[in-house]
Amino acid sequence: MKAAQQKKFFDSLVEVIRKTSTELPDDVVRAIDAGKAVESEGTSAKYAMGIITDNIGIAKKKSQPLCQDTGSVLFFIHYPAKGTDYDAMTKLIRKAVATATKKGYLRQNSVDSITGKNDGTNLGPGAPTIHAEPWKKDFFDIRLVLKGGGCENVGAQYSLPDSRVGAGRDLLGVKKCILDAVQQAQGKGCGPGVLGVTIGGDRATGYLNSKEQLLRKMDDKNPDPALAKLEAEVVEEANRLGIGPMGFGGKTTLLGTKVSALNRVPASYFVSVSYMCWAYRRQGAKISAKGEIVKWWY
Amino acid sequence: MVVLKAPFTEEKIRALKVGDMVEIEGLVFTGRDAVHKWLSEGNAPPKDEVDLKDSIIYHCGPVVMEKKGSAKGGGPKKKYVVTAAGPTTSTREEPYQAGIIERFGVKGVIGKGGMGEKTRQACQKFGCVYFHAVGGAAQVLAEAIKDVEGVYGLEKFGSPEAIWKLRVEKFPVVVTIDAHGNSLHKDIEATSGAALQGIYSELKK
Repeated sequence: MKAAQQKKFFDSLVEVIRKTSTELPDDVVRAIDAGKAVESEGTSAKYAMGIITDNIGIAKKKSQPLCQDTGSVLFFIHYPAKGTDYDAMTKLIRKAVATATKKGYLRQNSVDSITGKNDGTNLGPGAPTIHAEPWKKDFFDIRLVLKGGGCENVGAQYSLPDSRVGAGRDLLGVKKCILDAVQQAQGKGCGPGVLGVTIGGDRATGYLNSKEQLLRKMDDKNPDPALAKLEAEVVEEANRLGIGPMGFGGKTTLLGTKVSALNRVPASYFVSVSYMCWAYRRQGAKISAKGEIVKWWY
Repeated sequence: MVVLKAPFTEEKIRALKVGDMVEIEGLVFTGRDAVHKWLSEGNAPPKDEVDLKDSIIYHCGPVVMEKKGSAKGGGPKKKYVVTAAGPTTSTREEPYQAGIIERFGVKGVIGKGGMGEKTRQACQKFGCVYFHAVGGAAQVLAEAIKDVEGVYGLEKFGSPEAIWKLRVEKFPVVVTIDAHGNSLHKDIEATSGAALQGIYSELKK
């Protein structure tokens, strides 16, 4: 990339961060509106959903963060194998994160785990997290998820069989684990939430893949019929738990669930559940080799 | 909708019950991890700056911008503006909260995610309530903050952890632990746990 293209690429990255932090994608807004519609008038659940929809509107209008916890900064990237300088690309991403922080799109949110120091840049080991893979196409696919600490804290990983949950190594056991995670989370994950779930893998790939499920659109359809069925059943059953928005009680506990499967070794059977709060900040763009945003994915 | 206006007397607090949707009007103090630990170690802020008697503590690390505006007829005056102010998870203060409610006569705690048994008992015994704000609603809640009347411990605790004195109007919350021993969190945990067992037994068939 030449200097002029680098500048454009950098500006595009800052814009991806701004849009992710301040606006929810349309598919998420539609799911939230649908959740609000089913709650009964006069309940605290309806009240909470009203505050949530107001908040979405104000954040977009003011171009300010939806939630003050701008979360872990998680990039999922594909870049042209031909002609991309990987080190230069990641350097620009880190610079864009620091600039977005200065502009107030991200809170100073990254703390040294040993010293407790926060240098205010959002840069450090693992911050931001960049998952990048080369591909044969001639453009960049840059996707970003901002995941707050409240919902990250209620994520859960199960090693089956699990005797507490009574879950064996089959899809019934998987479902019991997912519902258990929702019940354990109560309102602490800032529900109504969306789950990304991965069956199998090792502990690390399971959690990573569960987060990648959060890149899927709310209204997509799982190509695997067994998993599509599981996704629909989990949402229906979780919404019978009565936890409701913020744990106030109500009909909307989950807005959606996305499940995938990875192969596993015979000895392991993990179910990894990532809980995403209603402030489901996910955005992505197709960025040309010249560094310009060509289209938004969501 | 219940409007709760300062002063936050025990009578007004005892009148609230679980499930009440409330709009708070008056002064609230932010305080989170560092402040709760510090208070529990026997420290106290000077009363003329932060009087915690009959106060409301807000578990919040706000994003505060410093703006230099010129006061009328005077020199430049420091002015703070809160740009994002949602609640943080309250359970981290569970070890400290009951003692602070008792020692200072705190009448309300705002946060998210609910609190545990010790806090529920302290609310009942000393006349305090837990108000649940909507987590993530940083912009709606920031708009309900009309003025920043001061800050204590900015150097000591850093900006997100300092005690900010916030003048709020129509600050929207829901009572989830009242002063009569009721906790919505305890109830929902029990009913959702029973519902889960019910679903599990259906799944077996």
